[in-house]
Amino acid sequence: MAVERASERLVELLTRDGAVQEQWVAAVAASLGGRISRAELERELSDLYQALLQALDKGGLDWQDEAYSEVRALLVELSRSRARHGFTPTETAVSVFAGKDVLEPTADSTAEDTAAYLQLARLFDALGLFTIEAYARTREEIISAQAEQLLELSTPVVKLWEGVVAVPLVGTLDSARTQVVMEKLLQSLVDSESEHAIIDITGVPAVDTEVAQHLLKTVVAARLMGAECTISGIRPQIAQTLVALGVQFGDIVTKATLADALRHVLQHSGAALPSGGDR
Amino acid sequence: MSDRVPVLKIGQVLLVSIQVDLEDQIVLDLQDDLAERIVATGANGVVIDITALEIVDSFVGRMLANTAAISRMLDAETVVVGMRPAVAITLVELGLSLGGVRTALTLEKGLALLERDRTARTGRP
Repeated sequence: MAVERASERLVELLTRDGAVQEQWVAAVAASLGGRISRAELERELSDLYQALLQALDKGGLDWQDEAYSEVRALLVELSRSRARHGFTPTETAVSVFAGKDVLEPTADSTAEDTAAYLQLARLFDALGLFTIEAYARTREEIISAQAEQLLELSTPVVKLWEGVVAVPLVGTLDSARTQVVMEKLLQSLVDSESEHAIIDITGVPAVDTEVAQHLLKTVVAARLMGAECTISGIRPQIAQTLVALGVQFGDIVTKATLADALRHVLQHSGAALPSGGDR
Repeated sequence: MSDRVPVLKIGQVLLVSIQVDLEDQIVLDLQDDLAERIVATGANGVVIDITALEIVDSFVGRMLANTAAISRMLDAETVVVGMRPAVAITLVELGLSLGGVRTALTLEKGLALLERDRTARTGRP
């Protein structure tokens, strides 16, 4: 059968003079510019080379075949490590495609060899695409993991005073984050029996109508639970934007700085303040 | 016969602690009972404790606002205490801000609030 002959011939070509693997490594090393150690590269590619030989030996040129499971596993591992180390997709794919270039037919190749090479090229193309897919998947996993971490990190509720909690918001607010902030703040009101909450938005670069809406909802929800909310840290540009957008905070207390908000809350709750703090 | 929510009297305050899922009929019965008890006892404060309430719908939200309005008409101030965060968020999402209903975090704070009010109104403790 043609496929069997072609794969047999390819095994012969690949093992022809024992230099194929070396040339492959050399080609990849040149493209990666020494950002990965030669020894590591050699280990990776020799594993891949051996697995590929075995797969070809078992016959078949279909990369989805059972015989190629070892090759696929190695490629996934390779693209994962590339993605983690910050290599570009091209630099990842080159590790596979370089193997193809090494075997490129020369002028004195027979017609049969050229035909076999074309089969191999098709196989390598498929494997290259598979590598990129694995690479993209890994990158997406990294991104979603980071987004999750950011969500957890970015919403601390701190106790400022007896009965006063504050949430310093840092970074861009979206619906998901505001939802988390809202729940955490309300829960901490219950846990600490605090009657006052301060939402500080000094670290928020931009506020649009949606975010303002979320803030309003948080304040109203806190009121429903029997706590007062103060919004502080509204920067001049943000105040201008909010007015331009037609957002009105109504009877919600807003202060320029966290210190002002705390002073207001303490005066409101009747706590004793150090003298000289009239404002 | 459906469950009824007990209305308890503590001094000048009536305490309603909701411990069951609020079906519409229970809510309506409660409104009747409460109005009658306010008149019968001459109470000047009502505390509705919803600490155990996990699920609300717009009907319950409206009931709270209505009850507060009825009580005020009968010269009793209403405080809703112990609302859970999830319940508060639900009410806000439903667009119910319970205007006119006073709220407090805990039963203790709610009673203290009524006490302060009474002192302010009558000028004596």
